[in-house]
Amino acid sequence: MLQDALSIQNVSHNFGRFEALKNVSLTVPRGSFTALLGINGAGKTTLFSLVTRLYDNASGRIEVAGHDLRRAPGAALARLGVVFQSRSLDTDLTVAQNLAYHAALHGISRREAMTRATEVMAMVGLSDRLQAKVSALSGGQQRRAEIARALIHRPEILLLDEATVGLDVKSRAEVVELTRDLTRSGVSALWATHIMDEIRPEDGLVILHKGQVLADGSAQDITAGGDLTRTFLRLTGENT
Amino acid sequence: MSHELTPRMWLTAFLGIARRETLRFVNQRGRFLAALVRPLVWLFIFAAGFRAVLGLSITPPYQTYVLYEVYVTPGLVAMIQLFNGMQSSLSMVYDRETGAMRTLLVSPFPRWFLLASKLVAGVIVSIIQVYTFLAIAWFWDVEPPLIGYLTVLPALVLSGLMLGAMGLFLSSAIRQLENFAGVMNFVIFPMFFASTALYPLWRMRESSTLLHDICAVNPFTHAVELIRFALYGKLDLLSFSVVTGCLILFFGAAVFMYDPAKGLWARRKGGL
Repeated sequence: MLQDALSIQNVSHNFGRFEALKNVSLTVPRGSFTALLGINGAGKTTLFSLVTRLYDNASGRIEVAGHDLRRAPGAALARLGVVFQSRSLDTDLTVAQNLAYHAALHGISRREAMTRATEVMAMVGLSDRLQAKVSALSGGQQRRAEIARALIHRPEILLLDEATVGLDVKSRAEVVELTRDLTRSGVSALWATHIMDEIRPEDGLVILHKGQVLADGSAQDITAGGDLTRTFLRLTGENT
Repeated sequence: MSHELTPRMWLTAFLGIARRETLRFVNQRGRFLAALVRPLVWLFIFAAGFRAVLGLSITPPYQTYVLYEVYVTPGLVAMIQLFNGMQSSLSMVYDRETGAMRTLLVSPFPRWFLLASKLVAGVIVSIIQVYTFLAIAWFWDVEPPLIGYLTVLPALVLSGLMLGAMGLFLSSAIRQLENFAGVMNFVIFPMFFASTALYPLWRMRESSTLLHDICAVNPFTHAVELIRFALYGKLDLLSFSVVTGCLILFFGAAVFMYDPAKGLWARRKGGL
């Protein structure tokens, strides 16, 4: 049986006395688009920081494509592609230089990186912007270039943390659609967001609130075919 | 896909980090000029003024009386490396603020290797600056023996690594760029002035024994002396030992601080 692309079991994390995550468990099946829905401060970024090993997961277990993040961090991180909440391309460099740098950080030679860069830039619809300076790209293009960067080492799962923040409506829709298309080609995606209309009934859905998972399943099942906003407000108690 | 990191992949990762540092340096020409102008101003103006008022007795490794410009040159070389180390530290803090640091740290390579690669890349840049400075200084009658330009290279590597590692360590403790002014005031300037960069130790003792003792234990003093002796084809064992020890200490501390489980950032919201 194939392992899940991402498995998080009983993970907690504290900042001093503040419990940012409380016994969180969730899985992202292979090839799925799973939305991690929560309002600001729900714990989404903390969870991503644990999965990317920016924080240490002192409790519980995190596995990426079957590789334990604590025991085999290199193998686990090699299978992760990450798009962070804040933009992280080097604006002094061109897109190609950014991609080559990221590829090198995964041990991919410069020649191979350039071949892959052409591929992934085509995938995100930016073939003609490979040699452009990052500072010359629009916000939406920068986000797509970041997705291209996250794909260059051929990860098994993409983590996208509020990847549409700051984008206009059109760019936002394009970035979400692009990510869905990628999952059709076999890459899994965990899409952290607080925007309900980015989620479709067929998507996997995890609702995170105040550091706890309130629901985990398909969006269709969780809402019972109803309205996601109402379901979310009911589950979180935010409508009271 | 294999998850074994082969030696070739390690080399590729190191070269990628070095290339990025070099590209950033090339793209920021002002940084290169600033790094050169600072020591040159000291050499052309400060040293010229001090030549008249500061007498120097024969101090090893010099075998005769030397011009103040000659004495101060190794100190200015170390100053280039000190500021380069701080510049790298500043860029680490900037990378952390902009999020670029995360790209580096989510690499499958171990963190110590990523930090060491960044450190070595910074030292390569500082050595290019140093040789440019020494070439200009040649026309200002600072003419160490030709072999000195070769023998100083290992000393520059070691002192550059030590000062860069100190910068890495400091960057791990600085939360925001705004705090960097404090580093300038409380670390860089005291380190530079309380050293043998500008005046020999015996001169310090004449004015203050306490200041002399502080200078004697200052790691920057030993970086300066290591470079001074190497520039004349000699090895100062004490300085070599102190600089090597401090390199191990500072780099170990930096790796500890950037460790996701143990470091200062492990329990801070916002983190790296």
